[in-house]
Amino acid sequence: MELLGLYHYWVFAVLLMIGFYAVIAKSNLIKKLIGLSIFQSAVFLLYITMGKVDGGTAPILQAGVENPVFSNPLPQVLILTAIVVGISTTALGLGIVVRIKEEYGSIEEREIQEIDRR
Amino acid sequence: MIDWSVHLPALQVIVPMLSAPFALLLRPRGLAWAAAVAASLFAFAIAIMLTLGVLAGRNFVYQMGNWPAPYGIELGVDAFSALVLLVITGASSLALLAGRRSLNADIEEERQPLFYAAWLLALAGLVGIPVAADAFNIFVFMEISSLASYVLIAGGPDRRALPAVFKYLIMGTIGATFYLIGIGLIYLMTGTLNLADMELRIHEVADQKPILVAAGFVTIGLALKAAVFPLHVWLPNAYTYAPNAVTVFLAACATKVSLYLLLRFDFFVFQPNLVGHDVQFSYFLMPLAVLAILIASGVALFEQNIKRLLAYSSVAQIGYILLGASFVTITGLTASTVHLFNHALAKGTLFLAVGCLATQCTGLRLSDLGGVAKRMPWTAAAFVVAGFSLIGIPGTAGFVSKWYLITAALEQGSLGIALVAVLVISSLMAVVYIWRIVESIYFAEPCTDLSAVREAPPAMLVFTWLAVLANVYFGLVPEVPVALASSAAETLLEHLP
Repeated sequence: MELLGLYHYWVFAVLLMIGFYAVIAKSNLIKKLIGLSIFQSAVFLLYITMGKVDGGTAPILQAGVENPVFSNPLPQVLILTAIVVGISTTALGLGIVVRIKEEYGSIEEREIQEIDRR
Repeated sequence: MIDWSVHLPALQVIVPMLSAPFALLLRPRGLAWAAAVAASLFAFAIAIMLTLGVLAGRNFVYQMGNWPAPYGIELGVDAFSALVLLVITGASSLALLAGRRSLNADIEEERQPLFYAAWLLALAGLVGIPVAADAFNIFVFMEISSLASYVLIAGGPDRRALPAVFKYLIMGTIGATFYLIGIGLIYLMTGTLNLADMELRIHEVADQKPILVAAGFVTIGLALKAAVFPLHVWLPNAYTYAPNAVTVFLAACATKVSLYLLLRFDFFVFQPNLVGHDVQFSYFLMPLAVLAILIASGVALFEQNIKRLLAYSSVAQIGYILLGASFVTITGLTASTVHLFNHALAKGTLFLAVGCLATQCTGLRLSDLGGVAKRMPWTAAAFVVAGFSLIGIPGTAGFVSKWYLITAALEQGSLGIALVAVLVISSLMAVVYIWRIVESIYFAEPCTDLSAVREAPPAMLVFTWLAVLANVYFGLVPEVPVALASSAAETLLEHLP
């Protein structure tokens, strides 16, 4: 059951590939950005799950609790930063898509390439 | 007396970062530009001080808030980072000083404070990468610089910049996320993010698969950011449609910083610990480097738009830098580091000259530039000298790095002779594509009316020529970059078993 015991890595890998597929295969720019968000979220999950300790709680000292088991807080802190980066990237990407729609009247990558070729 | 110089690595990042919101507040015309120039020059001065310190044998290590590494966040500057810092801050200062007129033309006045704030953030992110000694900090700085440079590229009036920047955003984010996965896996195995600590701790788990996977993710992610062939597809359009001053800045340093990181990460963390990694590194990167050199130079031969031509030439030059590094020898790494500096200088100058041409000409296709040299002799001459430097004519900076590169290739035995042939062929190709531009601006019949064309504004010309003279100076007196580069190469190789 080694394979299923590590199910969170499978979730990570599958989500990563779903996102990556959308980024590469979709022509619609919004769909690409959605794919990119899924791609990044997969990595967030990788970090969050690696810090989890079985039976672990939040790393706060409590009176009367001897040798408490903590989950590692560092990956969670790192991922807070990475989530901010992800949001900024998505926001900027959406902003660019709005500008593309204004200038080209389309958000389909193929149509934009057609217009530029003319 | 407090020794202020210990704070230099932190100031290097903090000065541009804190100036960015300040520039945002400066609404009156030109003030935001002045603030950006001041911050950039200040950062350049700090980089020079750091370089002088490093040349005097000092190694800067700074612990944020006095928390000792590996728990606290560490900043460090050695010869390699000092060289990259010089390139970044120098390119930013020159591009801002020379680019005022063309940025005024490209960016509406009310958006200028925002634009310069983004510029300073890009600068802060770029200098942050060489200064940081912590893998996750590097990721954050990388994203700061990328997000800000997307804004810079899309800031111009050309609407084709928008799809180009969207592509850059997608590929850049994938690259950064791959890097994040890589350091995540390493953290999983070692429990540390500090590069020096990582080097020690990775040793115990070096034979385990996650570390190998991490090496793959980090290498591919950074190669994407550095536009290593065949992952360069975002680069030509992004450089072509960006405002001219932005192209000068980014062409000189954006990909170089990722290359720096690729080498640093690989040689500090993976090379000393993974068995046979140096051979894999060579086998993986050398063919890509050779393909980049030949194919990108070949594409440049047939390109009509001069900015895009120079962008493809950049892809080829990244190939040179990688080729030197893929030998994993002292001479090879010296060559590659010197070329990192010299190529930034040559390409930055060429794009400055292109910026001068763009102030007067209607377009930047070869056919638009017919005969402009008669009207703009100084700009044309600057372009020719910088072109010499790109080709590697003796007496210019480009020659020094080509010389080192060929010496390094010859050390490789029979394979080296083939590689020297590649270098010679690609240099000839560079002669041809530079000559196409020179022929057009000097000898072609003008197909548009040139009577309105005048010499570029003096302020632009002065700084362009300053860059040209730097090309000649570092061609004749290459001691400083070579000293930094060979010391960088030694530090990189020191980590090998």
